[in-house]
Amino acid sequence: MTEIPKEEMLLKCPSTCAGCGSLLALRYILKAAGKDTILVIPACCNSVIQGVYPYMLHTVPVYNIAFAAAAACASGMSEALRAKGQKTNVIVYAGDGGTADIGIQALSGALERGEDFLYICYDNEAYGNTGMQRSGATPLGAITTTTPNGKRVVKKDLDRIIEAHNLPYQATACASYPADIYNKVKKALSIPGPKFLHILAPCPPGWRTPSEKTVEIGKMAVKSGIWVLWEKEYDKLTISAPSRAAMKKPMPVIDYLKAQGRFKKVDEETAAQIQANVDKNLKKIAAEVRIQEETA
Amino acid sequence: MSDKLVMSTGNKAVAAAVKMAQPTVVDAYPITPQTEVIEAIADYVESGDMTARCIPVESEHSAMTACIGAAITGVRVFTATSSHGLLYMHEMLHWAAGARLPIVMGQVNRTIAPGWNIWAEHSDSLSQRDTGWLQIYVSTVQEAYDATLMAFRIAEDNRVLLPVMINMDGFLLSHIMQPFEMTEPGDFIPPINLPHAIDVNDPHGYGAMSPANVHYQFRFDMEKSMRAAREVIAETEAEFAKRFGRSYAPVEEYLCDDADVVIVAMGTMGKEAEVAADLLRSEGIKAGVMRIRWLRPFPELNVAGKELVVIDRDYSFGFGGVIAGEIQARYPEAKMARIIAGLGGQEVTFEDMAEFVRSRKIGTEFWFGISEEEQ
Repeated sequence: MTEIPKEEMLLKCPSTCAGCGSLLALRYILKAAGKDTILVIPACCNSVIQGVYPYMLHTVPVYNIAFAAAAACASGMSEALRAKGQKTNVIVYAGDGGTADIGIQALSGALERGEDFLYICYDNEAYGNTGMQRSGATPLGAITTTTPNGKRVVKKDLDRIIEAHNLPYQATACASYPADIYNKVKKALSIPGPKFLHILAPCPPGWRTPSEKTVEIGKMAVKSGIWVLWEKEYDKLTISAPSRAAMKKPMPVIDYLKAQGRFKKVDEETAAQIQANVDKNLKKIAAEVRIQEETA
Repeated sequence: MSDKLVMSTGNKAVAAAVKMAQPTVVDAYPITPQTEVIEAIADYVESGDMTARCIPVESEHSAMTACIGAAITGVRVFTATSSHGLLYMHEMLHWAAGARLPIVMGQVNRTIAPGWNIWAEHSDSLSQRDTGWLQIYVSTVQEAYDATLMAFRIAEDNRVLLPVMINMDGFLLSHIMQPFEMTEPGDFIPPINLPHAIDVNDPHGYGAMSPANVHYQFRFDMEKSMRAAREVIAETEAEFAKRFGRSYAPVEEYLCDDADVVIVAMGTMGKEAEVAADLLRSEGIKAGVMRIRWLRPFPELNVAGKELVVIDRDYSFGFGGVIAGEIQARYPEAKMARIIAGLGGQEVTFEDMAEFVRSRKIGTEFWFGISEEEQ
């Protein structure tokens, strides 16, 4: 069993919506990272839930920066700290819009340069802070305020884009699995160079789910295989335990869709398309693991 | 003091001054005509003359952001850009100044497209006038070097803590070779001491949501520092003159004391205007020159009893020349002829400037190169 420190790094004053997945994830990220850490936060839900000046939610320094700018800010910060001989963790905590859309140029540049920081994208699959407009990470069929009849195109495969940068460490996680998050952050921070962690963060108001169902919805995402937990250390891909179990007999995706109001306009044809996409992705991942084992 | 007289372009003189200042982080994105600055710095770093970490960022937006990320840790940083690069930084220029970070930037003035044009114009930096940066416009290679050295000291002074942009005309200065004294600054630039540097042992939030009353205070504090910067600039230029023998003022006056008419300009045109004044004096016209060096904070001008011929190498559409407008706002009584000249790198000689003076019509705007009928 993972021993997670009892000490809380977040004070009990966040102005999040009830049941916020991103805050749940951050709680365990900071427990793993510890006090010698600086958070860099671009425009996103986490730039407004931290309290109003002069109050703050976090017990580590937080540097707020422009929407498109998180990875570039972390680059400069990390280079300067390393130049001074400091090993302080630099962690970006950014939403999916700030990562997959407006911030992807700065992110790609920083990853290519090999900057020493951990970039964490908490993915609530829309622009949550501005009231749930669609982002590149919004999945097919999901209602947002700018896709009132459901999104007509698929979610951008951010992880494949990041993979193309050949990072020393890359992983996915889900807010419903705190021990997995804790372990992955610990491992990421033990490795020099650029690291990327992509966390699915259920969002009750955006996903139109009851606030007490956050953990359950996240688990359904993993159990259905629409979200797969894995990590890649250098070239070695490992499927994380919850997804290994799920991949043996995935829950039908329709159960995951039906549990959320945002998918209520998904028709049978779209549901079948979503299921087919999940099946295809799971096969791709399984094949990748198989090839890896055969060539080991 | 072992000053070497060397031949150099404006770009390389800025790079040489940066080497003297020994920043911890330099990051930049290449753009014509700034490239020589960052190439020279890369050479210094590769050859061991500089210990800075260079971050070859993927855009100017990231260049300014990486400067911000580095500067908040309390180290000295530098970047350089030009024209479209400066415009691409625009959002982050506000962030840098608002975060009170003493970043120094070399800025090579270049025309903004369309159509593509790489020659000198001041519209790029003047469009960033209100971002909270100090701005200086230089006219010679020596001045580019000296201003860069002074910029670090001024920006990092705890009474200022605002970023400084050193502007020089693209090609007309960035690529022109002139001899200059590569002065060793010694302890002229004290070690940086950023009072609000980020510290994990004393955690604070930076840039969190701030309500109106607090935001007002932050902005007024910036203005107070801009006002204080006038004094810091004066002190720094006086100290520089004392140590190194070259003196500067926020506005360089040439033959102004008894002048009836004064050419007001910035950058290389402001320098060439001195030749125009000499020519006019030989014709019996009592002409002088005011070359505005520090545009922000805006300097005091001695306009009383003189007619001004203000040359703007820029334009604010639907209004007029930016510099003429600024002078008129500060000195409503000033009598001026407003000249728009040098846009897109248009050649403007001292003879042209002398003619602006001879044919001046106070209270009018004249676009050099456009026919009388069309104006």
